[in-house]
Amino acid sequence: MSVVEYKKYCCVTCDLVYDEELGFPEEGIAPGTLFEDIPDDWTCPECSASKSDFFLVE
Amino acid sequence: MTGKVEKIKTGIENAGVADATAAVVKEDSAWIKNKRYMYFASMILPGIPILSAFLAGETGNGLWLWSLFIVFYGILPVLDQWSGVDAANPSDELVEELKDDRYYVYILYGATIMHWIALVYMAYTVSTLDISWFSILGGALSIGLANGLALVAGHEMGHKVNDKVQVFFAKLILAVSGYGHFFIEHNKGHHKDVATPEDPATSAFGESIYKFVQREIPGAFRRAWELESARLHRLGKSEWSLSNEIIQPALITITAYTLMLAYFGPVMIPFLAIGAAYGWWQLTGANYIEHYGLMRERDANGRYERCQARHSWNSNHKISNLVLLHLQRHSDHHAHPTRPYQVLRDYPEVPGLPSGYPFMLALAMFPSAWFSLMNPKVVNWAEGDMNKVNIDPDVKEEMFKRYHNPKVA
Ligand SMILES: [Zn+2]
Repeated sequence: MSVVEYKKYCCVTCDLVYDEELGFPEEGIAPGTLFEDIPDDWTCPECSASKSDFFLVE
Repeated sequence: MTGKVEKIKTGIENAGVADATAAVVKEDSAWIKNKRYMYFASMILPGIPILSAFLAGETGNGLWLWSLFIVFYGILPVLDQWSGVDAANPSDELVEELKDDRYYVYILYGATIMHWIALVYMAYTVSTLDISWFSILGGALSIGLANGLALVAGHEMGHKVNDKVQVFFAKLILAVSGYGHFFIEHNKGHHKDVATPEDPATSAFGESIYKFVQREIPGAFRRAWELESARLHRLGKSEWSLSNEIIQPALITITAYTLMLAYFGPVMIPFLAIGAAYGWWQLTGANYIEHYGLMRERDANGRYERCQARHSWNSNHKISNLVLLHLQRHSDHHAHPTRPYQVLRDYPEVPGLPSGYPFMLALAMFPSAWFSLMNPKVVNWAEGDMNKVNIDPDVKEEMFKRYHNPKVA
């Protein structure tokens, strides 16, 4: 069994962090959802910026 | 329901922020590429106070110092109406081609340098020439207008948070008028709270610009300071450190203004104060115009809906869009805050202003004229339902009485 390495992505405008491990349950995005599996038309829940405005946090 | 309302509704749904391609791609690639050179306006406009200060020195006539003031309020609105709207939207392919072209960024670096030269040269001119107070006022107000344009360029660069050089230039150009906290407050504050009563940078229906400014300037500063303190605390630092991105540009301003006061004398006190304040006033005006009366609705959980294209006022006039780096394509800006100015798009049927910002800024200074033009537009936007409008609480009852007349679907 391989352990999934969850990543975090940050909204460049408002600093909101998407943590793949936690998901966004109130947004209908289940815990463990990889960022790339979020629909492309999804937008930042805080500032409404597009998904492409998120960058990978090291 | 009339056909017109239905059409508007469709437009609103289609132009939702989630779907960027809903913007009608009407590519006129020749024009879009020609605009490349027209964006030089961002460097030419701060050149006007430089040239006028030179001419004042040569001729001894201080009235030259009013030049940019006259260009901005007298000539730009006329050119704007004459040139009409910019119908072209770049296609996805053209966006890819243009968005990372550094040329467009270098123009803004050039503008940053021009704005600093304009400020210092105008300061030197008003302190050395034997001219009337009226002429000095013209120089200060012209610099104030230039400062407003500097804030637009600072806004553009301040959004490119992952580009260290652009952020450096953003701080540098915002520091011309001592408004360095703006990019923090704007990105993390305004973009989050836009079109809600909680946002000090969103104006309410029935609120005059003179009332708005008293809430906007202190509210924006407070929000910036809180956001920056919180960020530094997360990093285990004090807010009173050189890592504070509000303190950094403030130090640039304080150093420059102190040097000018020392070299150019006490006339700098009114000159710099008026120039900075009038720059801030332009930004207040832009904030006042951009979301006047528009409000996001709350969902069942009490959360505000996402900011949609319908939550910003837009103007697609050619000249003012060139001068203001397409800030007037404001719905697209909120949908894509990091999208560079040269590829911002206009959406069909988004809330539209009758003219560009130069005219609207002037109009906002006459509240009764502003209200009589804009209030019906907001009411129409809300389909007569004043519960959907962001109303100034002080006049809520009165505005309901006068305008509430919801259309029954
Ligand atoms: Zn965001």
